[in-house]
Amino acid sequence: MIPGPFVYHRPASVGEAVGLLAAHGEDARPFAGGHSLIPMMKLRMAAPSHLVDLAGISDLATIRDEGSTVVIGATVTQAALIRSDLLAARLPILRETALQIADPQIRTKGTLGGNVANGDPGNDMPALMQCLGATYVLAGPDGSREVAARDFYEAAYFTLLQPGEILTAVRIPVPPAGHGYAYEKLKRKIGDYATAAAAVVLTLDGSTVASAAIALTNVASTPLFAEEASRLVVGTSLDAATVKAAAEAAKAITDPATDGRGTAEYRREMAGVMVARALVKAADRARTGA
Amino acid sequence: MNEMVITRAEREARLEGMGCKRKRVEDVRFTQGKGQYVDDIKLPGMLHGDFVRSQYAHANIKRIDASKALALPGVVAVITAEELKPLGLHWMPTLAGDVQAVLADGRVSFQNQEIAFVVAENRYIADDAIQLIEVEYEELPVIVDPFRAMDPDAPVLRPDLAGKTTGAHGPRKHHNHIFEWTIGDKSATDDAFANAEVTIKELISYHRTHPSPLETCQCLASFDKIKGELTLYGTFQAPHVIRTVASLLSKIPEHKIHVIAPDIGGGFGNKVGAYAGYICSIVASIVTGLPVKWVEDRMENLSTTSFARDYHMTTEIAATKDGKVTGLRVHVLADHGAFDSCADPSKWPAGFMNIVTGSYDFPVAHLAVDGVYTNKAPGGVAYRCSFRVTEAAYCIERAMDILAQKLGMDPADLRMKNFIRREQFPYQSALGWEYDSGDYHLAMQKAMDAIGYRELRAEQKAKQEAFRRGETREIMGIGVTFFTEIVGAGPSKNCDILGVAMFDSAEIRIHPTGSIIARMGSKSQGQGHETTWAQIIATELGIPADDIMIEEGNTDTAPYGLGTYGSRSTPVAGAAIAMAARKIKNKAQMIAAHLLEVSEYDLEWDIDGFRVKGNPERVKTMKEIAWAAYNSPPPGLEPGLEAVNYYDPPNMTYPFGAYFCVMDIDVDTGVAKIRRFYALDDCGTRINPMIIEGQVHGGLTEAFAIAMGQEIKYDEMGNVQGASFMDFFLPTAVETPHWETDFTVTPSPHHPIGAKGVGESPNVGGVPAFSNAVNDAFGFLGTTHIQMPHDAWRVWEVARRLGLHG
Repeated sequence: MIPGPFVYHRPASVGEAVGLLAAHGEDARPFAGGHSLIPMMKLRMAAPSHLVDLAGISDLATIRDEGSTVVIGATVTQAALIRSDLLAARLPILRETALQIADPQIRTKGTLGGNVANGDPGNDMPALMQCLGATYVLAGPDGSREVAARDFYEAAYFTLLQPGEILTAVRIPVPPAGHGYAYEKLKRKIGDYATAAAAVVLTLDGSTVASAAIALTNVASTPLFAEEASRLVVGTSLDAATVKAAAEAAKAITDPATDGRGTAEYRREMAGVMVARALVKAADRARTGA
Repeated sequence: MNEMVITRAEREARLEGMGCKRKRVEDVRFTQGKGQYVDDIKLPGMLHGDFVRSQYAHANIKRIDASKALALPGVVAVITAEELKPLGLHWMPTLAGDVQAVLADGRVSFQNQEIAFVVAENRYIADDAIQLIEVEYEELPVIVDPFRAMDPDAPVLRPDLAGKTTGAHGPRKHHNHIFEWTIGDKSATDDAFANAEVTIKELISYHRTHPSPLETCQCLASFDKIKGELTLYGTFQAPHVIRTVASLLSKIPEHKIHVIAPDIGGGFGNKVGAYAGYICSIVASIVTGLPVKWVEDRMENLSTTSFARDYHMTTEIAATKDGKVTGLRVHVLADHGAFDSCADPSKWPAGFMNIVTGSYDFPVAHLAVDGVYTNKAPGGVAYRCSFRVTEAAYCIERAMDILAQKLGMDPADLRMKNFIRREQFPYQSALGWEYDSGDYHLAMQKAMDAIGYRELRAEQKAKQEAFRRGETREIMGIGVTFFTEIVGAGPSKNCDILGVAMFDSAEIRIHPTGSIIARMGSKSQGQGHETTWAQIIATELGIPADDIMIEEGNTDTAPYGLGTYGSRSTPVAGAAIAMAARKIKNKAQMIAAHLLEVSEYDLEWDIDGFRVKGNPERVKTMKEIAWAAYNSPPPGLEPGLEAVNYYDPPNMTYPFGAYFCVMDIDVDTGVAKIRRFYALDDCGTRINPMIIEGQVHGGLTEAFAIAMGQEIKYDEMGNVQGASFMDFFLPTAVETPHWETDFTVTPSPHHPIGAKGVGESPNVGGVPAFSNAVNDAFGFLGTTHIQMPHDAWRVWEVARRLGLHG
């Protein structure tokens, strides 16, 4: 549990950070909260010789309201997400999800940017960002570009982030007022990754589902946007048969591994249970305005 | 003296003696981060050691090449078995009569086994060096399942024992067999089964887990070449035993070895044994002449130093149709891993497993235990229990529930019907123990009333019907447990470690001004001895507990003792403290008589001093007596006021308790919610009720963890799975249920203050309570026994097999 040698850099701007990453290439890794990378280094499963700490770049630690979009800087911590009145009012599912990540100590260090950029299928925010239709802002030597969260993840720890690029912000379209939401996460204990988890955001038109988005955490090598399941519930009153059908559709796209959390079969079934429970809770919230 | 007159109650309260909820004095430093643990100790020139460990569970080592590591600046030495051989230290004796490789001697037998010890200027360099050491392996077939260990074609796991048909505990039946131990009247037991109206039989397994103290095992060895003296700081539950073992192995005379156990961050059995890290640190310090520190990381702790359990108990009960037990027959397959290095203080290889008749009046019983080797980490240890008592309690408490189910009887009623009755104590059990005292019916009834047992059963019945009608997806379980512990190892007729009898000791010295320093052979790892030992002395000698300093863990100053584990401190060291105090009190009485110019027989003890019978105004307080003891003792009497006692207990003590767990299980996720947990403990005389409650909370939390998911698992190749706190279940405050505690008091008749020990009861009684609740929840659907651990996915699997998911 002792890392190998490395050089620590603390740039003050995105430009400087990108420059450092460009200069050191594959040997350099950016980090923010450090709660994914540092444990890997202590296990010597990662051995970057240059660490670029983004914590000194103050522009990255802000939450901005742009009307129909909320822009969250990469180094905004989970604790800051939880504290934000803006998010509590406009994107309450972010707070609900952040509260289920790790424990208070880790949430004080862990960041939204790190959580979505690392490509760890156990992280909770990637599926949530897919559910919300968020885009990631990536800064590189040739400037800035945007990639949809639903396109970003390729495999465990493999994403569209190129060497030398830094994820600087997440742009989240704000769902309409009165939307229903739920992040249902089954885990063994505080601090654990999900056995299975589901994010749901939906809107109702009377008692009929007008729009819905469903995404899944930790039941495949990447987060999963459950497109078919989302489509199935739109136009329905979310009766028991529809909820079951949506859960089945969501299960069908999962490919979980057997691990200490349970067998692959169990984890697939739990993805279905979490989807069903999240749908019911989200619809209930939409109905009651809770 | 113009002191205000105070009442007797105030004088008594001022002492903060036995029965007082005195705040823990050690917490002043612990809660401020001012504890002094091994890793806080830094000596000039100190080097750091770390291990190269085996990737494989079973392999020959063809070659070790350390040349690149040795070339790394800052690396001082790399020690392998080849370097230890000339010293005769490449193998070491275990506490169980086996031998264990200190560093792999041509072969590794479990994953993460120690292969080489790297000594470097700091931890970082040591770990860099580990990456540079090349080990060439030749993989061998692996045995993980103990039920395959004695297959005729099973690979030979211990070539060093080739041809040895007798081990430390008698004949070996197979090359992977360690021992067979039997006790009880076999033919009478077989007869009971042949004539039984009802029998049950079940394989009840207790999975492999680990004590996982928050502070891992560690030591700091410092050899002074000039004086020829070794100072060894370490996380030792039994510092004197470590000194004796270190002396026997190193040939350094015992008086030239100073073992110091500073503050310890939990032990739970993990820190009783002797580990390769200790030997290698000592050797490295002797070789380099510099202090060498070794600190385990979490993965090393969980995967190498002493697991617990891995006990597979085929259990049978014979009974009459109306529920009277007539016989118990148990066969155990015990997986000891690669070496039999279990930390067993009894004279028998299965420890106190013969407490398996539990709290019940079995007329006959028979127990047989076979120990086997596998390619898993060696051990095991008694994780917060006397050796094998948790296994025994789980075995009988699960089996009694299975019998109740077969008979269609309520499990609490079945227990009531078979309890040893109050008038039967002292009670001779069918497997050879003499239970000291108990009132089981009283305790059980109190517990049933407190939790509203009959109402809970009615609620459960209603919920079962609602579940069958499809109105709920939850099922409710009520776990009933009544356990009897056997603790306080132990009488020299029953117990020893490497031939050292298991007495314990106390030395109390009153200073002239009436304050006290007292030292014991026990060693707190969090139990709060500095608080409770002072309370015993306060009551015995009438000196306020705040004026008493307790010191443990330094073998130069503390009297020889066997340390702290198996709930032995209060039964053994606690008794020694009372006995030493009473020696002092006797002398104090002589001095008081002299000062008061009366006969000793005219004096009586009154809270904090002696007074003249019939003349209560004439008093000498212990404080006054202390001054006189040094400065004006009676003519002919040696000055001073101190005493030592070594206590060899006449018997073990037998704490007991009634635990109830109420649980609701979501059959769709397998998640079990603990609704209530009620624990009634009878530990005899209660020294500090607050500390007892804390002990019970901690032990129940461990029991909850073990029953509901805490496991050391291996894959088929012998790769240890999930040896980190990500997977190994250590509950946080969020997962931990609310605990309701209660008590009855049945003093031990043979203990000077009647105390029995409590630290381990909640682990012993808690595990079956949780497991019985899970089993009880599913029982109405037709299951008889569900193996632990009961983590969500396994509980869900049960529901799936029962067809509950539609």
